[in-house]
Amino acid sequence: MASASGRIAVVDYGMGNLRSVWQALVRVAEGREVLVTADPALVATAERVVFPGQGAMPDCMRELDARGLRAVVLEAAKSKPFLGICIGLQMLFEHSDEGDVPGLGVFAGSVRRFPAEKMIAPQGDKLKVPHMGWNEVKHSRPHPLWNGIADGARFYFVHSYCVEPLDRECIVGMTDYGIPFTSAVARDNIFAIQCHPEKSAEAGLALLSSFTRWKP
Amino acid sequence: MGLAKRIIPCLDVTAGRVVKGTNFVDLRDAGDPVEIARRYDAQGADEVTFLDITASSDQRDIILHIVEACAAQVFIPLTVGGGVRSVADVRRLLNAGADKVSMNTAAVDNPDLVAEASAKVGNQCIVVAIDAKQVAPGQWEVFTHGGRKRTGLDAVAWACRVQQLGAGEILLTSMDRDGTRNGFDLPLTRTVSDAVDIPVIASGGVGNLQHLADGVTQGRADAVLAASIFHFGEFTVRQAKEFMRERGIEVRL
Repeated sequence: MASASGRIAVVDYGMGNLRSVWQALVRVAEGREVLVTADPALVATAERVVFPGQGAMPDCMRELDARGLRAVVLEAAKSKPFLGICIGLQMLFEHSDEGDVPGLGVFAGSVRRFPAEKMIAPQGDKLKVPHMGWNEVKHSRPHPLWNGIADGARFYFVHSYCVEPLDRECIVGMTDYGIPFTSAVARDNIFAIQCHPEKSAEAGLALLSSFTRWKP
Repeated sequence: MGLAKRIIPCLDVTAGRVVKGTNFVDLRDAGDPVEIARRYDAQGADEVTFLDITASSDQRDIILHIVEACAAQVFIPLTVGGGVRSVADVRRLLNAGADKVSMNTAAVDNPDLVAEASAKVGNQCIVVAIDAKQVAPGQWEVFTHGGRKRTGLDAVAWACRVQQLGAGEILLTSMDRDGTRNGFDLPLTRTVSDAVDIPVIASGGVGNLQHLADGVTQGRADAVLAASIFHFGEFTVRQAKEFMRERGIEVRL
């Protein structure tokens, strides 16, 4: 489908507030159109697609389908620069333990809750869930979206579940919280990250800026 | 290395201005909220919290404009509290650009609101603010209405309850310490933090950088909140982080 618009579409399926994502993208998009939209046609004709998510994954999957957005999101994940954020990363997997629901199956693997028995810091303190705050993202592999971002730079996280890819090749970022967990995956035209780049100050804006110019 | 302890400057906002008082009274003007939030962001603040202490409801919308302006310029998490009464209030603040909404009196009056809001917007967006006052050794009671009304609720039990209801975080303020600059109530902070599995933000009483470090090491808080030491230029957030890092506390610098 035509993608000459240069438009960056932020997929809005009614879960949570996308204003922050929109504002951060506008900041780095150098005048290009950034649109928060629930219209499948506008997603389909966008040059690049941002797939965010907030709240619980079962609700996100339900609302995605209720708005008829599943097909265009899957198509975008095959064909154009695609950025998943937070639940937007988790939804790309086959299954989530949260509500025991299937995901979109773009990546093989599951979404699991942080294991309660491992939530202990090295010095013995209890680690709280949700994992909330600034943690380090280590680059497992080089990727164009890591350009200008230090290996181990801190990003802002808020989540209680994390992804477990079956294919370790897709892992581009890892983070430690009780366990080492996958904080970013990539394959071909897809990049998806557990933290919130739109709330991660300079590092986050650098990643979003690279995404707006990325030519996979 | 892992999750950093957060430093959160808090801005008490009324009539569109940041103010700071002692024990919830005697307010001093500290400046323009958006400008101050930008300054803290530049200093490396991990989040910013706005507490709307406006008494009259006709001024409530001012905070929405402030949140909008702030969210357009500051790309770190923004928590907003004060006067939140309904899920509609929560939604309005989130739509204006807040990342988390804090509720206090309304949660006590109507605990179902915490559950309802959490189910609608996700527990990561819902902070329950607890104002606690010591009533006996090792025992604290929850107060509401800006500290004027006692509730009969035990602060530790209430913290556990709101976690069950769906709070994603607790903002814990010691009424005894707030505005005194004598440091956090560390036993209170530690008792609540140990009792719950969600993050706890320590608040009330910070007068120097050692107090911030103590909140984390002795109080076991996941984040520390302070107002006046930052507002009047005594310390920058960066200085606070450097101080904490020198004491072995993991911070984002």
